[in-house]
Amino acid sequence: MAESKQTHFVRTEMLQPSPPPLREAGVVRWLRENLFSGWFNTILTLFGLAVIWLLVSSALPWWLNGVWTAGSLGECREIIAKTAGEGASGACWAVVRERWHQFIFGFYPVDLWWRPVLAFCLLFAAMGPVLFAGQKRKLLILLGAVGATIVILVTLAASAVPNEVPGQTDAPFVWKLALALSLLTIGAMMALTAAGSGRLLWFTGLFPALCFWLLWGGPIWVPLGALFGFVLLAAVYSALLKRAGPGMAAGLGLIVALVWWLFIDAPVTVALNNAIPFGLTSVQSDEFGGFLLAITIGVTAITFSLPVGILLALGRQSDMLIVKTLCVGFIEFIRGVPLITLLFTASLLLQYFLPPGTNFDIILRVIILVTLFAAAYLAEVIRGGLAALPRGQYEAADALGLDYWQAQRFIILPQALKVSIPAIVSTFIGLFKDTTLVAFVGLMDPLKGVTQIVRADIDWKGIYWEPYIFVGAIFFVICFGMSRYSMYLEQKLKTDHR
Amino acid sequence: MKTTYLLGAIAAATMVAGAASAQATLEAVKARGELICGSNTGLTGFGAPDANGNWAGFDVDLCRAVAAAVLGDATKVKFVPTTGETRFTALQSGEVDVLIRNSTWTASRDSELALDFVAVNYYDGQGFMVKKDLGVSSAKELDGATVCIQTGTTTELNLADFFKQNNITYQPVTIADDAEGQRQYLAGACDAYTTDASGLAASRATLPDAENHIILPEIISKEPLGPVVRHGDNNWGDIVRWTYYSLLIAEEKGITKANVEEVAASTNDEEVKRLLGLSGDMAVKFGLDNDAFKRAILAGGNYGEIFATNIGEGTSINLARGLNALWTQGGLQYAPPFR
Repeated sequence: MAESKQTHFVRTEMLQPSPPPLREAGVVRWLRENLFSGWFNTILTLFGLAVIWLLVSSALPWWLNGVWTAGSLGECREIIAKTAGEGASGACWAVVRERWHQFIFGFYPVDLWWRPVLAFCLLFAAMGPVLFAGQKRKLLILLGAVGATIVILVTLAASAVPNEVPGQTDAPFVWKLALALSLLTIGAMMALTAAGSGRLLWFTGLFPALCFWLLWGGPIWVPLGALFGFVLLAAVYSALLKRAGPGMAAGLGLIVALVWWLFIDAPVTVALNNAIPFGLTSVQSDEFGGFLLAITIGVTAITFSLPVGILLALGRQSDMLIVKTLCVGFIEFIRGVPLITLLFTASLLLQYFLPPGTNFDIILRVIILVTLFAAAYLAEVIRGGLAALPRGQYEAADALGLDYWQAQRFIILPQALKVSIPAIVSTFIGLFKDTTLVAFVGLMDPLKGVTQIVRADIDWKGIYWEPYIFVGAIFFVICFGMSRYSMYLEQKLKTDHR
Repeated sequence: MKTTYLLGAIAAATMVAGAASAQATLEAVKARGELICGSNTGLTGFGAPDANGNWAGFDVDLCRAVAAAVLGDATKVKFVPTTGETRFTALQSGEVDVLIRNSTWTASRDSELALDFVAVNYYDGQGFMVKKDLGVSSAKELDGATVCIQTGTTTELNLADFFKQNNITYQPVTIADDAEGQRQYLAGACDAYTTDASGLAASRATLPDAENHIILPEIISKEPLGPVVRHGDNNWGDIVRWTYYSLLIAEEKGITKANVEEVAASTNDEEVKRLLGLSGDMAVKFGLDNDAFKRAILAGGNYGEIFATNIGEGTSINLARGLNALWTQGGLQYAPPFR
């Protein structure tokens, strides 16, 4: 054999991979696969591009020519004509710059702006322990952020006060004191969180009274008196729990609390205020407006509609005839009536049924009816969650020897509520957006009420898109935030093993 | 507007029962120390809060005059914004003491809704605004035109009547409020925009090219706007009516906000003396103090001054007095003798 012919080729190293053909790589490939993968898709892509071009080319100049500094719509138009040429269109954001405070605060007195701002920041501190239960790190970050925001915003709001403020204002040290106290509270909450204590819910429980006091002002005894009713309820409940069972104890507690609120609270409050007058400058409900109003109504209604909704849902499933009939009747009635009708009832008809001279605050009336409205919808959403639970869960709870309330609390509701999270949050978002309907009863909601007032000024008459876009953007941020939180919660509570 | 009538009917039924107890608006206002005035949610020149929340406008000044007469202080007014739907029910239910909110006086509102229109502080009428290049100079030439019209208002019915009577056709474009109407008209969705002439003037004043738009000469309806009170409390109605008339008489007699003290010191006119509380006890008969009407004039000036500051020639809205001139100058504003 001729060995010299044995010239086997042995490759000692791998070939460098050659780059893919141009049409199979990078942007080109992505375009080809996603946008131009066939004649039909190509047509659709071109059509889509044409539509986008049309939209952008017609709207972009309007956005780019926006004017921020002007005293009236006419001035805006002059500036746009000067900078972008005659006949050019442009946004007049100057209206937002001039009137933003009405969109946010309504007519809330300027020197007291720090109060709603503080209440708004503390709202997050109060929600934290609920929203991030058991998430020490997240809660700490949230509280820290709230503390920092309070310092910045409250200082800003307090320094927004014009120099010539009329007499009856809170002394400047009041807001500094309030700032210091809130920071102390936040600090204490952070310390408690770090120590792993679950006592933060106390602050959450106290917050509604605090928030009411900050927003409306007046003697401190009013919110304290209202709170004391709850203390009575809790005291009676815990005293009777062993002897009478939870249902009876809660019922009796409620009666005692109602007696307190209806008959004893007011005189005691007045007497206490005469003895020790202490309070903030009071603010009337008709000075509320804009997002201050929307958030006040929305947050209160959201907070209170959830427990009421849960009770209604449980009541509807109950075996007790009267409870069930009442709950079904209530839910079906409220769901069958448009919200506008209920608002008209709140603002106008209610006045006929109350004794003459009764001054029943309009915002409070609206809040109550919006709460009931949302509660009826929530009840049905939660009933859906309850129905989704397998029968075995109820039987298992019974087999463990749990009584009704224990079974609901430990077995049924945690699962039912988890299932219903997306629908619950979607109800909340709907409710928050529905707060703009209060414009129809003459309250100054940000979308229509304030916008109409701004447009009634001859300087801004004829302005159209800008206020809507501004208000819409804020609504979007809030609703999107709620929606993202619900997705986070779903992720966190996900226990199935798909 | 159906809702208005339904609520109104319920309200009216309740009011019949409550009429006896309704005599006391004056006492209630005095006890409260504040007049609650139902106002517009925002109408240029007639009533709207400014950037600082202070209300101003033609209707607002009349509220202030009433407050000055009754309470002695023109600032003691709480303005409750009411919408077209809620205004009359708010008045009937006692939520407001008086409604001064450019409301048209009609027969059914007087009878069916159990309200009293005590005066007419502005004679308005429905007009048309068109673009100049449409080449139209009279509303009768609007055959086949598209017209922007607010739904649920008397203007909608007037429009239908007008076109029917003149045997011409139109295409309605319905809109919800004035801002939208202006928008649609500018965007070319309609050839003509129709609403109260005062509103048209205000809209035209703020158009980017006002000179290219004209308001047609025809006024196709009567829209007498005025303060409204509840049935059943005639004394209160008289107070509002005569507060308004006192402003008219003041203009007729040349009494202004600035010269009222001077006139009071020097006048020989017996009617002026009675009006300013220098002789007789005219105001006391209404349950007020004798210089109540003098305070009303001091609040915002006489009728002509109020008109000139808020909506008159020289302001951006630039309305001529027209029908709202005094009777002595060919208008309709006429006050009965103060005696």
